[in-house]
Amino acid sequence: MLANLTSSERQYALILASAVALAGVAMAIMGRSDVLGVHGVIVMLFGGGIAWVVMTSFYGPEPTDDRTASYYDDPIKVGIVLSMVWAVFGMFMGVWVAAQLAWPNLAFDAAWSSFGRLRPTHTTGVIFGFGGNALIATSFHVVQRTSRARLAGQVSPWFVLLGFNLFCVLAVSGYLLGITQSKEYAEAEWYADLWLVIVWVTYFILYIATIARRKEPHIYVANWYFMAFILVVAILHIINNLALPISLGHAKSYTIWPGVQDAMVQWWYGHNAVAFFLTAGFLGMLYYYLPVRAQRPIFSYRLSILSFWGIVFFYMWAGSHHLHYTALPHWVQTLGMTFSVMLLVPSWASAGNALLTLNGAWHRVRDDATLRFMMAAAVFYGLSTFEGSFMAIRPVNSLSHYTDWTVGHVHAGALGWVALITFGSLYTLVPSLWKRERMYSATLVEVHFWLAIAGTLIYVFAMWNSGIIQGLMWRTYTEEGALAYSFVDSLVAMYPYYIARAFGGLLFLIGAVIGCYNIWMTVRATPLAATRADVPVQPAAVPGE
Amino acid sequence: MDFSYETLVAFSKSWGLFYMMGFFLCVCAYAFWPRNRNRFDRAKHSILERDDTPWQK
Ligand code: HEM
Ligand code: HEM
Repeated sequence: MLANLTSSERQYALILASAVALAGVAMAIMGRSDVLGVHGVIVMLFGGGIAWVVMTSFYGPEPTDDRTASYYDDPIKVGIVLSMVWAVFGMFMGVWVAAQLAWPNLAFDAAWSSFGRLRPTHTTGVIFGFGGNALIATSFHVVQRTSRARLAGQVSPWFVLLGFNLFCVLAVSGYLLGITQSKEYAEAEWYADLWLVIVWVTYFILYIATIARRKEPHIYVANWYFMAFILVVAILHIINNLALPISLGHAKSYTIWPGVQDAMVQWWYGHNAVAFFLTAGFLGMLYYYLPVRAQRPIFSYRLSILSFWGIVFFYMWAGSHHLHYTALPHWVQTLGMTFSVMLLVPSWASAGNALLTLNGAWHRVRDDATLRFMMAAAVFYGLSTFEGSFMAIRPVNSLSHYTDWTVGHVHAGALGWVALITFGSLYTLVPSLWKRERMYSATLVEVHFWLAIAGTLIYVFAMWNSGIIQGLMWRTYTEEGALAYSFVDSLVAMYPYYIARAFGGLLFLIGAVIGCYNIWMTVRATPLAATRADVPVQPAAVPGE
Repeated sequence: MDFSYETLVAFSKSWGLFYMMGFFLCVCAYAFWPRNRNRFDRAKHSILERDDTPWQK
């Protein structure tokens, strides 16, 4: 990996890693026995470990070949591996918390393994660990290929990738140790948040600088989605996490937002995290890997532009649908509801565009499980956005809110859309990145596909059932006007569905493990594909100059 | 300056609407502008070219 760096770049990497390690030492000293101290030690080991790796090949030979003649794929490869590792971790945690809801004894009476602490390790593990690493890896791939330019940095891609993973490690270990900002999807404490700002701004600059190197005047639409993802996540993260620590030696902080403003900022963040983390970036994947895999251009490029701006503008206003019937002013709720319903239009435009691209290639969809992953993802994207727009309508939300229906909606999106499009993209990307003819085993891709579909359907149907039953039981009154069921009654009614959900999740997890094995064997075992004509483009051969 | 709730609502109900409409028209104009057609067609097909090296000056 380091063979690609010149000695001055290695120096630079070493300085960065040492600086991180030193920052860890400072945190450890200031934090002492506070969680901040423990995190200081983790940061120190992380930075120190990387510094050590850099040092072991510090005096290795300089790179010889012309680096501008090839793409920079090393960070992408590592990103893919990290993404799959986080997938297994995060989904295992998901299965564990799902099982805890059915069998509470599985918390084993320890503080660190209680539901409240494990749940955010699941959400952070899958959204940021699995999804985030996959987004970073695929965005590095797509931006280079569509711009036909090498990444605009040698050390910075590593800084972004590893720095982001340090954030994830701090976040997850913090929950197990019992700290949280109590903001969903933004639970990590102030120092981790500050670190993520640095990493994310670097990511944005790197992305823009790479695009600036492109040859084509036009920027391919997948990059727009990735750029929106990077830029908006930066804005959301900074504004939602504005907080003051109680002292520099403590992990605890208090948000600067008071009361209902805090709620609004949090769900403006939360909903746009769904929109720009879990949707925009993955649409970037969809608009690149689906046409490439199907070997057909996207059905309508214009439609993709219209839906891009539609999604970017409408999503920004929809966050208040998470706060129906709260202290939030009524008109703000109505605004969020209206925009949520309008959101259906650009969402379905994207889903439809993807499916129409496949129109005429259905035989490929039938034969190729990788393409089928992406097709199913587009279908689930259409389903979950329809469901979301429906749930955002205030009277519907009065039934769905607080119930498992929300959890069912979340996982229709998260499993059916986010995870399926990611697996489809990775199965397209891995062979081409490692220059292999195909994946190690097409059968295993097929098995993974069916496990994922079965798991998702079981999960989602179980939650729809349990959610609606819950919602109805909570609003059933007796003739005297008292509630007919106690909370515990509704809990007992959930029991079979919780078991079903844990089982569906287990299938999904097994699929992901099989995917890891398949990727690993592709990297290890399959012989190199016959090298295609590998000549650089002659400028004269490119029209439109 | 002191904004009352009513002023803000009136502002967003009128100008907010115009600005969204204006934005929508701009995006449509961009997407359907005849001169952009070639550009989009090229972009759409360019990702399918099978050549895996960056361009060189
Ligand atoms: C192996 C598969 C999975 C299982 C068994 C699973 C299980 C669970 C469980 C039990 C919860 C807590 C629900 C509750 O509090 O009632 C949950 C929440 C959540 N999971 Fe998963 N999950 C899985 C995969 C995923 C994936 C792949 C993603 C994202 C890409 C994801 C995203 C979320 C989110 C965002 C929440 C919070 C939902 C909310 O607050 O409404 N999950 N999951
Ligand atoms: C048009 C698009 C969508 C709309 C209008 C929408 C709307 C909604 C609504 C109304 C809720 C319930 C809020 C509540 O009662 O608390 C919700 C929750 C949620 N949705 Fe969506 N949704 C959309 C698409 C998606 C997609 C594609 C995903 C992706 C993965 C997703 C992930 C989530 C998550 C994670 C939550 C749970 C938030 C929480 O309470 O922790 N949504 N959404």
